[in-house]
Amino acid sequence: MSIKWQRKDLLGLRDLSKEEIELILETAKSFREISLRPVKKVPALRGKTVANLFFEPSTRTRISFELAEKRLSADTIHIAASTSSVVKGESLKDTAHNIEALKVDTVVMRHASSGAPHRLAQHLKASVINAGDGINEHPTQALLDMFTILEKKKKIEGLRVSFIGDILHSRVARSNIWGLTKLGARVTVCAPKTLLPNQVEKLGVQVTTNLKDAVKDADVINLLRIQLERQSQSFFPSIREYATAYQIDSKILQNAKPEVMIMHPGPVNRGIEITSDVVDGPYSVILDQVTYGLAVRMAVLYLVSGSTHQEEAQT
Amino acid sequence: MDLLIRQAHVVNPQAGGKDADKYAVQDVLVRKNRISEIGPDIKAPDTEVLEGKGLYLFPGLIDLHTHFREPGYESKETIVTGAQAALRGGYVASVSMPNTLPPCDHQSVIDNIIRKAKEVPYHIFPAGTISKGREGKELSEMADLKQAGIRAVTDDGDWVQDSLLMRRAMEYASMLDLIVMSHCEDKRLSAGGVMNEGLVSTRLGLHGQPSASEEAAVARDIELARLTQAPLHLCHVSTARSVELIRRAKQEGIPVTAEVTPHHLTLTEESVEGYDTYFKMNPPLRTAEDVQALRKALREGVIDCIATDHAPHTEEDKMLEFDHAPFGVTGLETALAVAVTELYHKEKWTLNEIAKVMAFRPAQILKLSSGFGQIQKGTEANVALVDISKTWTVQVQDFSSKSKNSCFINQKLKGKVVATLCAGKLWKY
Repeated sequence: MSIKWQRKDLLGLRDLSKEEIELILETAKSFREISLRPVKKVPALRGKTVANLFFEPSTRTRISFELAEKRLSADTIHIAASTSSVVKGESLKDTAHNIEALKVDTVVMRHASSGAPHRLAQHLKASVINAGDGINEHPTQALLDMFTILEKKKKIEGLRVSFIGDILHSRVARSNIWGLTKLGARVTVCAPKTLLPNQVEKLGVQVTTNLKDAVKDADVINLLRIQLERQSQSFFPSIREYATAYQIDSKILQNAKPEVMIMHPGPVNRGIEITSDVVDGPYSVILDQVTYGLAVRMAVLYLVSGSTHQEEAQT
Repeated sequence: MDLLIRQAHVVNPQAGGKDADKYAVQDVLVRKNRISEIGPDIKAPDTEVLEGKGLYLFPGLIDLHTHFREPGYESKETIVTGAQAALRGGYVASVSMPNTLPPCDHQSVIDNIIRKAKEVPYHIFPAGTISKGREGKELSEMADLKQAGIRAVTDDGDWVQDSLLMRRAMEYASMLDLIVMSHCEDKRLSAGGVMNEGLVSTRLGLHGQPSASEEAAVARDIELARLTQAPLHLCHVSTARSVELIRRAKQEGIPVTAEVTPHHLTLTEESVEGYDTYFKMNPPLRTAEDVQALRKALREGVIDCIATDHAPHTEEDKMLEFDHAPFGVTGLETALAVAVTELYHKEKWTLNEIAKVMAFRPAQILKLSSGFGQIQKGTEANVALVDISKTWTVQVQDFSSKSKNSCFINQKLKGKVVATLCAGKLWKY
């Protein structure tokens, strides 16, 4: 790999080039093996401080980042704040100033508002890693999804990858669309019309409201969690009707390729978007995603912390 | 005051035909705050002289849509700072929006606004609320408010959802010779939206407001104007489809007028890239096609005038996340420069046309006296002297407004107000 990581931040896959995405995935490969050792720790980020700023509840992503930071020997602080108190009490600029005063090197940020990490990054010398912003992006999730596909399928280019569920509110879908299309996958999004973003087809994806079309000949099916409160917001009439039309069960999977792979960013609503037998069945790589997520986040933390801008800041 | 404005090109918003792009060089003599003489070479010894050579004398601009924030939100703007901003931008009069705290639903609030404006002095023609507390439930005491000095009624940011209440408001207001101004937005349809809904909102992962949330409201209000025959003024129109609805309504003789903001005439939704909250306003910036349709409609007179929707917010308010920051941008200090730069220099509008949409038509809509919207002998002198070829960069520290949330910061503009004469006081910049 000839290119070098130059960015201060990882805010989303929309801004990244194909080469930058490949660099992260390549770097993640080398970090995979660390978690298999008896001593699961390397000194890569020794002496660096990482702040995990979670303005929205998260279990999986937070744990994954924390563990990744520990395995890289970083010092970590964890700041969990409810969004409401942040909104009322402290502006993004004040948050940035506080972080600056603590001499933190890298900030991992989860926020319920799209663009919040982008704004924070503009006010901060420290690196910012977006751990999910509103309905916009969740770049490390998409990177780990792509890493999982690469590990299992050995390639991404030309594969048919279908996303099923609440595309409109899904930062996972958005990041995956940016990333996968850059790497040459054929992406399909499938949802009831109420849960599809305006002009999403212009992002270079196939769009369907028919589950059968999305499943047919798919190499990878990535399911998105359907939030139960969407029913009261009139996005669909009932969970029952949603499940009837969009649930992945073993029967519908017969239309997919024989070696189809089922992914889900979790947490899974068993019996709603996916049946339990498929979650636990042979096509599912849902737990592999969790494992690979660690390697991908280590790679991102490593690249961002080691990027030229931080070296310059120190010298 | 007495003043001799010497050798300025006099802008005439009513010029047409072969004079459409002509600007006679004249002396304008002001005696006791009134224009006493206009002529090629006026002798007025011992009178203060304002040199106008090479400059253009506009009728003072009139803004149909200003948020002065006082009372209630004095950290954002006060009547004094807002008026100073207006004067710096060449404005001599504003319709103040009633979304204050308390709202302008009681004559005491109106009294206070008019009194403070006189101290500057600046002309404020306040709008009262349509409904008590701007709650959209019961009519406010419009006759009482009219006594106190209002010229219009509006619930501004809150469109009157209840069609029956709106019908009654239009009937009642027209009886009192008040204009009903409507911020057209079906809030159920736009709910949660922080920018225009479209490809850009999809790309940025922000919730959008569909243009239909404006257009559906425009369509209903036009039908109510047809029913009641009451004058309806549509605020800050932002979409091509709204323009078509207004065009048709005017062809059918429905008493409707409309305004457009400088930012909707010049910027598109692409500006939201970067999540800069200084580009968050309501209605949101739309597409390039909408911008073209709005410009065309303004020139054809389908849209009557430019109004700033000057909406000051403190830096603290705007430093919030894009979802949470309040809607609104300032505009008084840049409006004329933006119009001169974009419409006169780039699109070859005449200055007379610009004066028409920024001064003459607003004065007509408000039914103001002849001292407003034109430069005429025997009337109160409310004028702005403008250097149309002066290039300047919009900078935060130069604003008179208490708030700095302009979407034109760091933009290079061509055209600058050098002096404003308003209600007997001369301001030089």
